[in-house]
Parts: sequence; structure tokens; C-alpha cells
Amino acid sequence: MTTLDSSKEIQKNNSEVNETHEDFRMFGLITFLIADGMTFAGFFAAYLTYKAVNPLPDGAIYELELPIPTLNTILLLVSSATFHKAGKALLKDKNSDSQKWLFFTAFLGIIFLICQLFEYFHLPFGLTDNLFASTFYALTGFHGLHVTLGTLMILIIGWQSRINGGRLTSQNMFPLEAVELYWHFVDGIWVVLFIILYLL
Amino acid sequence: MTISIDPQKTNNESLQPKGWLRYFSFSLDHKVIGIQYLVCGFLFYLIGGTLASAIRIELASPMSDFMPRDVYNQVLTLHGTIMIFLWIVPVVNGAFGNYLIPFYVGARDMAFPRLNAVAFWLIPPSGLMLVASYFVEGAAQAGWTAYPPLSITTPQSGQIIWILSVLLLGGSSIFGGINFIATIIKLRRPGLKLMQLPMYCWAMLGTSLLVVLSTPVLAGTLILLSFDIIANTGFFNPVLGGNVVVYQHLFWFYSHPAVYIMVLPAFGLVSEILPVHARKPLFGYTTMVFSIMGIVVLGLVVWAHHMFTSGTPPWMRLFFTIATAFIAVPTGIKFFNWVATLWGGKISINSAMLFSCGFIVNFVFGGITGVALAQVPFDIHVHDTYFVVAHFHYIVYGGTVFIIFSSIYHWFPKVTGKMLNEKLGILHFIITFIGFNLCFAPQHWLGLNGMPRRVAEYDPQFQFVNQISSLGALLMAISTIPFLINVFLSVKNGKNAGDNPWNALTPEWLTSSPPPVENWEGEAPLVEEPYGYGKEISEQK
Repeated sequence: MTTLDSSKEIQKNNSEVNETHEDFRMFGLITFLIADGMTFAGFFAAYLTYKAVNPLPDGAIYELELPIPTLNTILLLVSSATFHKAGKALLKDKNSDSQKWLFFTAFLGIIFLICQLFEYFHLPFGLTDNLFASTFYALTGFHGLHVTLGTLMILIIGWQSRINGGRLTSQNMFPLEAVELYWHFVDGIWVVLFIILYLL
Repeated sequence: MTISIDPQKTNNESLQPKGWLRYFSFSLDHKVIGIQYLVCGFLFYLIGGTLASAIRIELASPMSDFMPRDVYNQVLTLHGTIMIFLWIVPVVNGAFGNYLIPFYVGARDMAFPRLNAVAFWLIPPSGLMLVASYFVEGAAQAGWTAYPPLSITTPQSGQIIWILSVLLLGGSSIFGGINFIATIIKLRRPGLKLMQLPMYCWAMLGTSLLVVLSTPVLAGTLILLSFDIIANTGFFNPVLGGNVVVYQHLFWFYSHPAVYIMVLPAFGLVSEILPVHARKPLFGYTTMVFSIMGIVVLGLVVWAHHMFTSGTPPWMRLFFTIATAFIAVPTGIKFFNWVATLWGGKISINSAMLFSCGFIVNFVFGGITGVALAQVPFDIHVHDTYFVVAHFHYIVYGGTVFIIFSSIYHWFPKVTGKMLNEKLGILHFIITFIGFNLCFAPQHWLGLNGMPRRVAEYDPQFQFVNQISSLGALLMAISTIPFLINVFLSVKNGKNAGDNPWNALTPEWLTSSPPPVENWEGEAPLVEEPYGYGKEISEQK
């Protein structure tokens, strides 16, 4: 049994009015991720329309280098797997293992961001150079923002599981499960983005 | 996994400031938040209405003599934005949804009470920010649609604040939508089936689906637009290779469903009010449910009918014409069901019923002009004229705002425990109805004869009709006075209402008025037939 609020004072006060019901925080999160996915869908739609309707003059077309984004794709897919490992470990009550996997996932996320910054600094175009450049930075930047938030959340729950002998237990999986779902979502968006932006 | 969530954490009497002060606190109680939404929305309605009056004063004469032209553009931008994002959307969704949905699903609060409070408290600051943007140098003047290139070439500091404010309001609306979906699908009391829910729940479910699917697209679009303004990118700037039509597509992907986000809850509310005051079951419950879902699906695929004159290719025009015309089918089903609900009923003529019937009359008129506007040749003729303005206001004022007033008259006894004065209420209805039709019916004529919208000056031949329209606007402004007097007098010393003054069967009336902090003493009642009025009468016989 857990509550949303850990304050024991309030818990005691309300013991008579508590209603026990199914946990639907995950349901709310999924709804939110659908909404978030729609934002990306809007961006993708805009990008594809520009590609189809507003072709750039020949001189303004840039070849994107593939090595870094491919490495980034692999990084994110591996990080999804390591995050899954963290969940498995926690389920078996191996807290320190779970923590290690979490921090490793966060590490991969940070590497991803560093690679992306590296790519930004070595691209031959800037944000305002032309329409393609703007869309490129808007899409990857918005995704990078999601990766940043996800990495921060992983660090936070990893940190939380350290203090107080671990607030993250096999009985209280929700923070981990929620961040995991979010992380998989961000990975999935990256795969779509990779295909649309770099491969097409 | 089950968790024990106590939605009433701070609703507990010992933790709650007593009396009216609690309506000014950061409460998590869905009833308090609902009323906060309503009062906050109404204050913005008064601001938006004042701006509307200013517009009508300007248009009473053909020259721009009341205010300079750019001020006129700023005023109409602010009027549109306030009315849509701060009055109608928050009130029909936030206010009535928060107040009624937990009752209807048999819960003690919304699914996520904190998220609910966050969603409300985003509104006052961003609303004030929006109003403040008027006083910044270069207030937004591109209309509520903020079409580029106008929005990126006019002075921009106000436009940036406008975008920020609309983004925050969109966030508020998404949080609300998530909360409603979770509450209606997951938080129903055991034994309550989906097909036993009152119609307003279905309407809110459909609305919330639209909110969750389309509002984020607007958010993304406005982010791109703000990049265009701040960082000098060229997404929507033709000079830099951008494409303004892309903006229109993305914008209308939200803003067409937004019309249904405003009107679907009103459909739900009128379906609650009519059966009570006609003492008859709601006609065709199942068809009503399916028509709501039909409107949701169709509402998402018709956005481009706003863009028939934007170089839309013919196949697209054909598709969007057909899809738009099809929406008339589920809407027509609902309309006939309401009329059939009234048919042979024991109708009591009170303010709530009058406003609801006014809604039906206005809405069918707005719907017919809507079908007309879906036809490409006609649309090209009246595009950006006052015909569109008239159609839009018939849907949104004649539809939604009439239902907001109807709902206030209907649920006021539940909220305060006091009755509203019926004579003042009927006076309010008569002035509003006459004023509204006097204001907007002539605008159809103006539009057909070619008076463009969003301009401060017009051809003198339209002056007489514009003056009639302005007279109607004056009446609409006056109509607020009896309403406000009525509310203040009734809260102070109105008749005591008792728990169930209308003898209604929906669950919110089965508790005391005003409801206790946790909605019910003991277990929530299970209402299997929220519209079983005929049965009640036959049992009495």
C-alpha cells in the first residue's frame, strides 16, 4: 500500500475517507504521451509537407552525415534495454543492481546528448540558414529536450532509490515504470525521426 | 497493484478554510475548482464583452472614428482570444465538467485532484498575461488565428506574450482532458456501466479525446511561430522560403476541433437539462452516444474547410466538403432527439428551459449556415465576410453561451442551496435572445452583400444594418445586468432550494444542496436510469 503523499500526518487524518481503487496514474501517463506524440506528429507533418511542397534550390541541399545519428540510435535502443534490466532487477528486489542499471541508462542518455551537441557544432548549417535547417533543428532539438527531461528523471529516481534505504521497491514500482514508459516513448520517436529526417 | 488515493486530502473539514474563503484557496475539491473555473471565466467574459461592445461602437459608423485602425485590430484579437480560450473552453469543460463529472461517475473527486488544481491555476495568470499584452508596445493584432505573415511582420512583443499565454492555456486544457478521460473511464463506481452514464459524461469523453489529440498540434505550431518571431527562422515566412498554408493546416487541425470542444459539452449539458424540465426520458440515448463519437471522428478530419480559398487543390476541397456536410448527420440526430424529448413532455417554462430552447433555435440556424458554408462555391463567395462572423457567433454564442446560462440557472440551486429569481431570469433570457438575434441575424445579410470582416471602415451603404447590429450588441451588454443582480440577490437572500428542487434523477441531486465536501454521506448512489422520468410518473399513478 502506498499513497501519493508520503506525509504520515495527512494519511492518518484521512484514514476514514480513503478510497481504495485501481492505480490509474499509468493510464493518465499514457494519455499524456498520446498528446505528446501528437505534437511530434504535427512537426513531422510540417516537415514532410515542406519537403514535398517547398523544394529547396539545389545549392541549399545538405547531405546529412549518418555516423553520429546511427550511433545515437544504437545508444537509445541499448538504453531502452538497460532500463528494462533495471526494472527486472527491482522486481527481484535487487535494489543496488537496479540502481546501477538506472545510472547506466542515464549515462547513455547523456552520451546521446553529447553526441547530438557534437553533431550540431559540426553541421555546415545554422538554425536560420534555410527552411530545412530550421525544421532539422526544431525536430532534433524538441526531441533532445525530451531526452534531457528523461535523463533528469532517471537520475532523480536513481537518486531516490539510494536515500532512505531505497524509496523504490518492488512494491513501489510506479516511478520506475512511468519513467521507463516515457523513455521507450522517446526512443520510439527517435526511431521515427531518424527514418524520416536522415534516411528518407 | 492497487493504491489508496485519498482525493479529499485537503477537502477534509479540518484542513479546509471554512465558508466562502475556500473558493479563493488552492483547493483540491472538484466542486470548488469547478466554481473557480466558472467565476474566473465569467470575469473574462465581462472583459471580452466590453471589447465586443467597443467593436460594435466602432462599427456603428462607416469611418474609423471611435478608435484608430490598429487599436481596432488589437481589440478584436483580444476579444476573440479571451472569449474562446478564457471563457467558453474553460467554462463548458472546466467548470461544469469538474462540478458534475465526479457526481455522474459516483466518485468523491476527479481522478487526479492535484493535476486538476494545476489545470485551473494556469488560467488566471495566463489570462492576465493575455490582457496585459494589450498594453505592451505592439499588442497582438493578427486576430485569434494569428495567421502569418501578418503575425510575424506586425510589431511583435505583444504577439509573443499572446503565444505564450495561449500555450499555457492549451496546457491547462490538455491536463483537464487527461483528467476527464481517466475519471470517466477508470473512476466509475462499481456496477455503473458506460451505457448508464448521463449524456454529459459521454460529451466530456468525446471532448477530452479531441483536446488530447488536437491541442498539442496547436502547441507545436505556436512554438514554431514563436521561433519565426524570436529567432528569425522561416517556417511560415514566405520571404525566407516558408509556407503559410502549412500554418493554416496545423492551426485548423486544432481550431476546427476546438469548435466541437466548445459545443460538444453544451450538447451534453442540454441533454441533461431538457429531460428534467420536460419530465420525459432523453429520447434515443444510444443514438446520442454514437452521434457524439461520430462528431468526434468527423471533427478531426474536416479542418481544411477553413482553407477553401487558400489554394487548396480540388480533390481536397471535394473531400472536405463531403466530410463537413456529413457532420450535419450526427448533429441532426441530436437535434431531432432533443425535439423528440420535448414532444409531449410536461414542459415547465423556467429560465433554464427557455435558455435551452433558445439554444436549440439558434443552433439549428447556425448549423444550417454551417452546411451552406461547407459548399465550396458558396464559401468562396462569402469567405472572410460577416456571413462567417454571423455563423460562428450563432454556434458559439447562440449555442454554447446560451447553454452556459441555462446550466447556471439549472445547477445554481445545487451549488448554493438557493433558488434564482425566475422573473429576473426570464427577463435576462428575453433581452439576451432579442439582443443576440438583433445583433447577428443582420450580419448574414451584410456578409452576403460583401462586407468584409476584421476591418474598422466599411462602405456607407452598410451603415443602417450595422447600426441595428450594434443596437443588438447593446441589448446583449444590458442583459448581463439582470443576471448579475439575480445572482447577487439570490446568494444573499434567495428562497431555500431544498436538495432536489427540480425532482431530477441524475446523481448530483441525490445529495444535499450544497453538497458536502465528499459529495455523499456513505456510499455513492447507483442510478441505473438517469433519465427514467416516465417510470417515475407511471409509478405515481
